Amino acid sequence: MAELTYRDAIARGIAQEMARDDRVVLIGEDVAGSGGVFKTTVGLLDQFGPKRVIDTPISEQAILGAVMGAAMTGLRPVAEIMFSDFFAVCWDLVVNQMAKTRYMTNGQVALPLVVKSGNGGGLRFGAQHSQAIENWAMAVPGLKVVTPSTPEDVIGLMAAAVRDDDPVLFFEAKGLYPTKGEVPAGEIVDTLGTAKVRRAGTDATVLALGLMVPRAMQAADHLAGQGISVEVIDVRSLVPLDTATILGSVAKTGRLFTVEENPRLLGWGAEIVSIVAEESFWDLDAPIERITTPHIPLPSADSLEDLVLPSADSIAQTVEKALQA
Amino acid sequence: MSEHVNAVQPEPDMIQLLTPEGQRVEHPDYPLDITDDEIAALYRDLVLVRRIDTEAIALQRQGELGLWASLLGQEAAQIGAGRALRPHDMAFPSYREHGVAWCRGVDPLTLLGLFRGTNLGGFSPYEHNFNLYTIVIGAQTLHATGYAMGVVRDGAVGTGDPDRDTAVLAFFGDGASSQGDVNESFVFAAAGNLPVVFFCQNNQWAISEPVERQSRIPLFQRASGFGFPGVRIDGNDVLASLAVTRKALDDARNAQGPRLIEAFTYRMNAHTTSDDPTRYRLGAETETWKLRDPIARVKAYLVRNAQLPVDFFDDVEAESLRLAEHVRIGCRALPNPTPASPFDALFVDMPDEVREQRDEFVEFVASIEEAAEV
Repeated sequence: MAELTYRDAIARGIAQEMARDDRVVLIGEDVAGSGGVFKTTVGLLDQFGPKRVIDTPISEQAILGAVMGAAMTGLRPVAEIMFSDFFAVCWDLVVNQMAKTRYMTNGQVALPLVVKSGNGGGLRFGAQHSQAIENWAMAVPGLKVVTPSTPEDVIGLMAAAVRDDDPVLFFEAKGLYPTKGEVPAGEIVDTLGTAKVRRAGTDATVLALGLMVPRAMQAADHLAGQGISVEVIDVRSLVPLDTATILGSVAKTGRLFTVEENPRLLGWGAEIVSIVAEESFWDLDAPIERITTPHIPLPSADSLEDLVLPSADSIAQTVEKALQA
Repeated sequence: MSEHVNAVQPEPDMIQLLTPEGQRVEHPDYPLDITDDEIAALYRDLVLVRRIDTEAIALQRQGELGLWASLLGQEAAQIGAGRALRPHDMAFPSYREHGVAWCRGVDPLTLLGLFRGTNLGGFSPYEHNFNLYTIVIGAQTLHATGYAMGVVRDGAVGTGDPDRDTAVLAFFGDGASSQGDVNESFVFAAAGNLPVVFFCQNNQWAISEPVERQSRIPLFQRASGFGFPGVRIDGNDVLASLAVTRKALDDARNAQGPRLIEAFTYRMNAHTTSDDPTRYRLGAETETWKLRDPIARVKAYLVRNAQLPVDFFDDVEAESLRLAEHVRIGCRALPNPTPASPFDALFVDMPDEVREQRDEFVEFVASIEEAAEV
């Protein structure tokens, strides 16, 4: 075991797959020469050369169109969209093209590609560079959607995404880039569509994704001091979604809270809440609560960004208040 | 490291009216009738915007700004273009056009809110006919094109009335030239014969990518494929920038249609304060461009040719110190936004569920502040 940052884990995950399979290529803006604006691809150009690690002109549409075409030739490309907000610039390629190709070819053309992207807030980047947009992707049939929260998961889920035969959107929590975690040596391969119980508990289930996972863990630590035992589930993968783990936990605790970074309306939590209401209504002891950012664009001001995003404090407060009611 | 140094040799097709040594040269297509006092005024602009830039970088290093996009090296391109505008023209900047903002009369402190994070621009584009900075690359060229469509619809083009005829100036960079948005704006502007001038500051670098990554031909030549004229100017020559932009804006106002100007310049600093250019470009290249400094050549011209008051240069320096102080003190005093502000500014007619969330959030913030006081 060695400590690795979330940021370095991304490069290691991609390198692991590029070393294993020469059909894997990396393409994007500033990914080669400078090692990525978030330094998530450092060393890959040196290790694999300019034919496999490619800096592109500044066009998100062309990047995604290119990887789609490349995947049709049998490559297994990994593209980078620098900030996930910029998916809005090239969403046609994602929604109308990548997501529909297998269906429209009657299952004859698969697109084994990954689009990785820096996602979410906490870094004062403002309304157009801080959005958590997993829920946009979750709403589109044909896409798989993952967001790891630990360095080990970054490597394992990147490997799973690259090896998967469908288009996978791989969201990197920007706020977690500098965080560290223990990572075993050797190859790491995880499974898409699996959630992880980060902390076992009996009084309430808290679901979180990406940047919200460490905050939920901190809240659970605090609540343990108040005598409240919280089970924290790292959802990790929205499509496919590990409903078995989620419903199993709700059956045990009888209380459910979701912690979402995205604005309130139509977050991924709303979808899970509706699944739980349909499947496990009689397991619930009280109403479900969603903890989200309010329905506003993210402010960049120090004084506001930390307050609008769910925090360990606000999560703990909400859970405690609900359980004492 | 890129083999980029060879690409910055003097360009044969580049319009230049003031050499790096400070020699005035004439160009048959761009006669410039300008007094030495007017050149001195441009010098003042150049020095002051560089000072704003220096001060903002220092503020970022002190933790007072989250980020700054430096204009160092691009002062001449921006001041020439900015001074070519008439008050009722409209400018659409990217995010580095601090010099253009200066020419439009925008207080530098207005720009700092975005970089300090106290707001995301927060000013009215109509106040100085200067739009908010646009950070998502290239989108502003489409906004400019739409604005120009509105100008045509208002009949404010080709009337011959200088107080009525209006042009739109859209700024973008070499990196943005690869964006669909920019190319689509060229298509629309050409198809509608719109009064928009596209001003590309080719500063040679899009973060870590040299311009060769974007184009195999000089960028100004792209215009001909869309059906309108393009020219390349020495972007470090404020006189060339002024003369060529003035002519292009006149053409646009006179219903001659769009124009593309490529200002061939150089980003002397990092892309932003978050970037480290030593990872991807050679110091020797930056040294070459230092010899083409946009301010030194104007000073050389003035010292040699102009009859200026003896205190002129000292006065400009003193003024720049006062401006720096204004920026330093004003930056720290920028007001923090209220908890209700992101909600209040979102909709004209606020939906009830947003109003509820606002009230809840305001209450939540108040409870935290109360707890902190206890």
